[in-house]
Amino acid sequence: MAGLATLLLLADGRLPSGGHAHSAGLEAQVSAGRVHDVASLGGFLQGKLATSGLVSAAFAAAACGDVTRCAALDDGLDARTPSPALRKASRAQGRALLRAGRAMWAVADLGREPHQPVALGALAAAAGLTPGQVAVAAAHGTITGPASAAVRLLGLDPYAVHALLARLAPVCDRVAATAAARSGDPVDDLPSAGAPLLDIGAEHHATWEVRLFAS
Amino acid sequence: MHPELHEHGPDEVPHTHPEPGVDPHAPLASDGAPRALRIGIGGPVGSGKTALVAALCRALGEELELAVVTNDIYTTEDADFLLRNGVLPAERIRAVETGCCPHTAIRDDISANLDAVEDLESSLGPLDLVLVESGGDNLTATFSKGLIDQQIFVVDVSGGDKVPRKGGPGVTTADLLVINKTDLAPMVGADLSVMDRDAKARRHDLPTVFLSLAQDKAATPVAEWIRGLLAVR
Ligand SMILES: Nc1nc2c(ncn2[C@@H]2O[C@H](COP(=O)(O)OP(=O)(O)OP(=O)(O)O)[C@@H](O)[C@H]2O)c(=O)[nH]1
Ligand SMILES: [Mg+2]
Repeated sequence: MAGLATLLLLADGRLPSGGHAHSAGLEAQVSAGRVHDVASLGGFLQGKLATSGLVSAAFAAAACGDVTRCAALDDGLDARTPSPALRKASRAQGRALLRAGRAMWAVADLGREPHQPVALGALAAAAGLTPGQVAVAAAHGTITGPASAAVRLLGLDPYAVHALLARLAPVCDRVAATAAARSGDPVDDLPSAGAPLLDIGAEHHATWEVRLFAS
Repeated sequence: MHPELHEHGPDEVPHTHPEPGVDPHAPLASDGAPRALRIGIGGPVGSGKTALVAALCRALGEELELAVVTNDIYTTEDADFLLRNGVLPAERIRAVETGCCPHTAIRDDISANLDAVEDLESSLGPLDLVLVESGGDNLTATFSKGLIDQQIFVVDVSGGDKVPRKGGPGVTTADLLVINKTDLAPMVGADLSVMDRDAKARRHDLPTVFLSLAQDKAATPVAEWIRGLLAVR
């Protein structure tokens, strides 16, 4: 089993895995005026944890626990992602993550563009990490990505944003534990929480002429 | 791959390793052709990067299979410009978003640009040349060697003749420095001989060319430089 330093590598925002160009739906919500300060960012991140955080963590943990399930898990994520723009964004990030992962470990063959959580789980398995560990990395990634995007888009005080992330860390751990506990379930029974407003926002965002983030 | 450093413990997740010595990455060009020469074009906002890309498409488009990746915040601006000017069809242009960090996308996390280059190569077949235009940035922005083979840094005279003297990684280390808009020099009081002297001092043996893309629509000295690179590949 790999140690904590390996997990930190996988969770590091500096991992060249394409994440910096994605706002996880935040750019659309900033433009709509729904996220405009640290408090509204807090609400957004809490919502992310409860929805895509839980789903991503469960699917990453499931892929890590049994890489032979990756294809079925990939289909399961398609079914849970109604917005074509978000499916594309997830696959683009999965592809980029796979590129980084292959440079570090011997990752199972996942095809060209797996969904991001599936790629994350397979990387974790190749690195010798556990489903419980990768669930934390997945949940953590669903809030640190948009938090960093908020600092760049809104010019928020980076210390205030990190104070918010620190307050959310225990929530993140709980979501990850719940997800990991369910990771052996059949694909159809895995979490499927969604956020329709973010799906709609993503579809609008994809049509903008000027956008700073890919999603 | 370092099999000699790798131990398998009894409680380890089962996994396999690719053959040592075999590149685990999919080849870029499926038929074994050498991949395209990739040239990064960076430089401050408005210095003439897109004008240079258009000129190079005009000059080299007939003789070479070429494609362009752009990193502009206005996702269709550069593609529209190249289309409008009739220098490159839409299927040869890809746009990449950079999340407010144009330098990150060309240096620290090059994945989206690499994906765009590979997508162009797989949809168009083997290419000779791919130009990657960075979003307009500052004097410290340079491309990663993991993304491009050679880089051009474009500055213009209207920023003042101090720019080469200020240096920075772009001016100092680019494989070719282009000082553009020489037609404007008299209007902004820029002394080209000062820029030439400072560029030589900063760059030692690396080449610098002066250009007015307003007058030379084929970017002749830059196209020649690229032909020279292709000839020795
Ligand atoms: N006078 C003059 N204008 C030029 C020359 N080259 C480019 N321009 C003009 O400068 C402006 C900016 O040129 P672009 O090619 O869009 O510059 P860019 O570096 O791609 O700009 P960004 O991508 O926005 O950073 C345009 O209006 C060009 O027509 C030149 O040699 N002389
Ligand atoms: Mg441009």
